[in-house]
Amino acid sequence: MIGLTHYLVVAAVLFVLGLLTVVSRRNTIAILMGVELMLNAGSLNFVAFNRFAPGFPSAFDGQIFSLFIIVLAAAEAAVALAIIFAFYKINRTVDADAANSLMH
Amino acid sequence: MEHGTTATVAQTAGYLLFIPLLPLIGALLLGANAYFGNRLPKILVSLVGCGTILLSLCLAINVFVDLQGLPESERVLEDSLYTWIKAGDDVQLTDGTLVKGGTFSVDVGFLADPLSSVMMLVVCGVGFLIHVYSTGYMAHDPGYSRFFCYLNLFTFAMLLLVMGNNIFVLFVGWEGVGFCSYALISFWYKEMPNAWAGMKAFVVNRIGDFGFIIGFMLLFWSLGSQGVWTMNFRELAANAHLLAGMQWGGINVVTLIALFMFVGASGKSAQIPLYVWLPDAMAGPTPVSALIHAATMVTAGVYMIGRMNFLYSMSPFALSVVATVGVCTALFAATIGLAQNDIKKVLAYSTVSQLGYMFLAMGVGAFSAGIFHLMTHAFFKGLLFLGAGSVIHAMSNEQDMRKMGGLWKMIPWTYGTFLVATIAICGIWPFAGFFSKDEILWKAWESGHHLHWLLGFIAAGLTAFYMVRLMSLTFWGKNRSTEEQKQHLHESPWNMIAPLVILAVLAFGGGWLGVPEALGGNNRFHHWLAPVMGGHGEAHVTALPADDTDGHHDAAAAENAHNAEAEAHPAPAPHAEEVQAGGHGSHTVERMFALASVALALFAAVFGYWIHVRRRDIAEKAASFLGGIPHRLLLNKYYVDEIYNSAVVQNLLRTTRLMSNFDKYIVDGIVNGMAVLTRATATINGFIDKLFVDGAVNLVGNAIIAGGNRIRRLQTGQIQQYLYVLGAGVTIIVIVGLFIL
Repeated sequence: MIGLTHYLVVAAVLFVLGLLTVVSRRNTIAILMGVELMLNAGSLNFVAFNRFAPGFPSAFDGQIFSLFIIVLAAAEAAVALAIIFAFYKINRTVDADAANSLMH
Repeated sequence: MEHGTTATVAQTAGYLLFIPLLPLIGALLLGANAYFGNRLPKILVSLVGCGTILLSLCLAINVFVDLQGLPESERVLEDSLYTWIKAGDDVQLTDGTLVKGGTFSVDVGFLADPLSSVMMLVVCGVGFLIHVYSTGYMAHDPGYSRFFCYLNLFTFAMLLLVMGNNIFVLFVGWEGVGFCSYALISFWYKEMPNAWAGMKAFVVNRIGDFGFIIGFMLLFWSLGSQGVWTMNFRELAANAHLLAGMQWGGINVVTLIALFMFVGASGKSAQIPLYVWLPDAMAGPTPVSALIHAATMVTAGVYMIGRMNFLYSMSPFALSVVATVGVCTALFAATIGLAQNDIKKVLAYSTVSQLGYMFLAMGVGAFSAGIFHLMTHAFFKGLLFLGAGSVIHAMSNEQDMRKMGGLWKMIPWTYGTFLVATIAICGIWPFAGFFSKDEILWKAWESGHHLHWLLGFIAAGLTAFYMVRLMSLTFWGKNRSTEEQKQHLHESPWNMIAPLVILAVLAFGGGWLGVPEALGGNNRFHHWLAPVMGGHGEAHVTALPADDTDGHHDAAAAENAHNAEAEAHPAPAPHAEEVQAGGHGSHTVERMFALASVALALFAAVFGYWIHVRRRDIAEKAASFLGGIPHRLLLNKYYVDEIYNSAVVQNLLRTTRLMSNFDKYIVDGIVNGMAVLTRATATINGFIDKLFVDGAVNLVGNAIIAGGNRIRRLQTGQIQQYLYVLGAGVTIIVIVGLFIL
């Protein structure tokens, strides 16, 4: 029987993979993908906790949360891709290390 | 004057100020003109230069007339301009009384009494003639305006000197004439010897002035210690008796004051030992020699002693010093005059010698005789110098008499006037010099100074001899000038001749003002000066007992007043003669002495003419007498300049150099040593400051910078790194939270 723990483990794995992607990749699109992974891990947690909550199925706050997170992720991806696109037009690269003009 | 005797109140004239002021205005105008490049035309310069003096002369004559209109005992006019110095607070006198403040005040005030009126007339009169003469003599000089500026300034200072009503104003004039003398001796300053001569005159005068300052300060102080703080002449005269018997270090204070003041007089009036500047002063233009170094400035010392006669009368010792120095100078300078070849040098030594006569007169107490000689000397010596200037002018600036001779035909006016002056200085009746010089000699004999008389008598003979020598070499005999000089030989223009003629008239007739009783006159000059010169114009310092003197003088003064009123009757009452003669001699003896002087002068003159014109071989033989040593001694002025140089000047310079070296090496050494020490300390201090104080401050700063540099590496700006650290941190917290706590 698949229980809550399985979901949580998958979500944790997903989150760690996303985090590692964000931390280790230099490509901004890859970082964006890592962020998406972590968001998805989060919404997986919400859905899983909602399924195993005592008031299920009449209480579905977790599902609502995950829907918001998906919308948010889409919006975020749109904005981030727009920034990356603008950044690329200036720097001819999407390497995150190139975004250092505020540093100096 | 709370304590002393108050001098009688004098009338005011109101216009005395203008007498010295006019020449000062002239001097300022001409000085400005000279400074701004001589814009004014020459004729205007001459007008201002001579005109101001002429106006002063008119005022001086007016003063003289005013004084004559007053009764004899009140012949004093005093104008006070303003209070110059006011000093002194409450004074506790020795007898315990308290004098309230303002005990001492000095006015800028002018005094016109018989003595200063004579001096004013001489200064303005002779001064004016010499100014006129200068318009001819200096006509082609580029410094024309500057010259007249100095001359006017000199006249101003000289008038201040003779008109001041107190010693301070006199002293201002005294220093002023000294400066003008310096400026005029060095007038042609581009030639070094002239500049040196000016400096010499100035420095030698300073030595005398120093004595003078000590003298009048001592007078001021000692009279002040008696409760009378004043510098006013009339108040001094009224209170001088307070000084009688005062001692200072065992010496009579009056004697000390008189001697110190005489040092000043001998500096200004070129007496031994301070006469050396006067012959050198001949470096100046000849009118200057006539005005300053013959007629007026050099007589300032004589005037000063005449002004201070009340003081000198109180000190027989000081008087005898004055008389001795005077007669020695007279003789000494006359001998030097025998051998000089420069026409102006002869006249210069002659001036020194004649000034000696004046001091002899002062010294034997015949003050008015001294002033009389001062006046006649101003006439004939001024004339001699102007005549010499005319000769030099005619001879194209030749001053050596050996290159002259036979000039009488070429410059007859100069010759004629010069001859008058020569006869006057030789003392031949009835020329001016006879009356004044003979009177001095007679007074010297009469007062018991027989040795002084003898020396003066010899000097009179020498005077006649050297003056005739001068005449012989210059005007008589054969002409020895060069062809070029002969071509230019010409009589001077009218503006030089006219003053000569006027002075010649004065040199001829000036003596008649003071014809002594013995020769049928009534000696008006003496009566004129009597109010200033204490009763009879002379102090009987030798024989009369002191108690008797006052009453005697009063009687004499009364008789004088009587005589002055009864000028129409030339023969005074026999009783008056007895009183005035003072029991020292009779008129017959005086007449014999006069005859002897004239005879001596005539003999010396004829002898001089004979050996210098007829038998020049004798003169040449005389020059080589005793191997020429005496002649060389005289020619080199007894080597006095050289002796002064080695004895005084060199030692002074050596001392100065020693002082300079002391200053340079010891004083400066100490100062420099201190400086080096300070610098060394400062260097060490600086080092410590840099190393430790700054080091500590810098250490803190550097540590912060270094730390900052380390720490700022953390802030890389790379979000991934932050996230990495954040992730690591969360992981650690979770692990710690889950498993350890």
